[in-house]
Amino acid sequence: MSAVEAELPLWPPVNPTRGPFAPLDEAERQRYVGPVRRVRLPTGAAAWLVTRHADVRRLLRHPAFSSDVNRPGFPLLRPLPPRLAEDNKGGFLQMDGAEHARLRRMLTAEFMIKNVRRIEPLIDRTVEESLDALAAAGPPADLVSTFALPLPSMVICHLLGVPYADHDFFQTRSRTLLDRGMPPERIQHDVGELRAYLRALIDAKRARPDGSDDLLGRLIRERVEPGELDVGELVGMALLLLIAGHETTANMIGLSVLLLTREPGRYAILRDDPDRTADLVEELLRYLSIVRTGLFRVATEDVEIGGRAIRAGEGVIVLIALANRDEEVFDDPDRFDPYRQAHQQVAFGFGVHQCIGQPLARAELRIALAALARRFPDLRVTAAPEELTTRDNSVVFGLDALPVTW
Amino acid sequence: MTAADRPVGEKRTVRVEVDRDACCGSGNCVLTAPEVFTQDDADGLVLLLAAAPPVGNAELVRRAADLCPAGAIRVV
Repeated sequence: MSAVEAELPLWPPVNPTRGPFAPLDEAERQRYVGPVRRVRLPTGAAAWLVTRHADVRRLLRHPAFSSDVNRPGFPLLRPLPPRLAEDNKGGFLQMDGAEHARLRRMLTAEFMIKNVRRIEPLIDRTVEESLDALAAAGPPADLVSTFALPLPSMVICHLLGVPYADHDFFQTRSRTLLDRGMPPERIQHDVGELRAYLRALIDAKRARPDGSDDLLGRLIRERVEPGELDVGELVGMALLLLIAGHETTANMIGLSVLLLTREPGRYAILRDDPDRTADLVEELLRYLSIVRTGLFRVATEDVEIGGRAIRAGEGVIVLIALANRDEEVFDDPDRFDPYRQAHQQVAFGFGVHQCIGQPLARAELRIALAALARRFPDLRVTAAPEELTTRDNSVVFGLDALPVTW
Repeated sequence: MTAADRPVGEKRTVRVEVDRDACCGSGNCVLTAPEVFTQDDADGLVLLLAAAPPVGNAELVRRAADLCPAGAIRVV
């Protein structure tokens, strides 16, 4: 590291006093909002930080930025664990071009809007069951462990064909994987356990084909058995869907309830004006933007972004949470406005890696929040936002617990 | 509402082209302009319901092109 690089501000800043609603506080904004700034990572490497909505969209859609963590110069927050080739298989989030498209396209039909519409009755039922559990648990109760986390976990288990009974096993290990504070050996260990678990599940499904109508069953029948897809690849895809399918929505539900119940009028919109819920969810996605550490890429060619020359081999960190607070696109961006048209939000990312499960996430959030407000119209949070433990070290921001009463 | 005070885009017809090779199946276009775009049952990739979308959809079609994460929609 050169002397100049040692002086660069460290990304990401850990600051538990910021509260759950601000991606950065005022002092941090002076250091990091640029539009394109140079930062230092915990590994000692330098990277570019990109924060403007227009730059973020252009960069994430640009073919000269790679998602491959093994490329030299890729920005890392912790050293990569020494991985076996098998550990990478199927992880298409970290692939580019044709290799990425081949695996993603085996899943696009599964998560398309009309399919998610077909499974809405399942989401409705699961929401009602989870709300029964919440009613039985309190008042008071912890909304995260009784509602926000079980709901998306049950839905993704059902869709994939993973037994929900194993939820403690995969939830604790998923959280470890997303925790930047965990040592690489621990990450590698937990990835290994999750992969072995999914591998055994897939092997059992293959040994006893039951024609089951779940995603893993379909991919086994239609892709693995004809030889189009390797079992190791299916394991990696299942791992990605299982983690992304429960952690993100769970954290969005918890934070959304905290935000909406701060003003009684906001929470009541869900009950009194259900037609607004879809737009309200877009504003929640914009304002809360739970992937706050950013999206990571490395340039494969020299490209100019936001007036800066980014050279081939240099790392960039794309801050979607700040793009969602860009005043060029959103008026008074730091204000949560339930009546805002927030369709330009980039909480799901942008470019070909944009969240494949977004129709499912939107449906879950819309149905869960509306049903919660109908059944618990007087729900309130019993802790001040500053008192809550936030996941500042996680790749996916959220609350560990949310004490509520009604 | 008279023709004069309608938003400009509402009066025009546009032509739209999609690039299925570029499409990543995010479904933003279907969410934005469901009368114009759909997703193929076989692969989840974009299909056009109407290359010349019904009058009144022009703004939504432009919005869909803008929101497409893969840049797979072109309005001409």
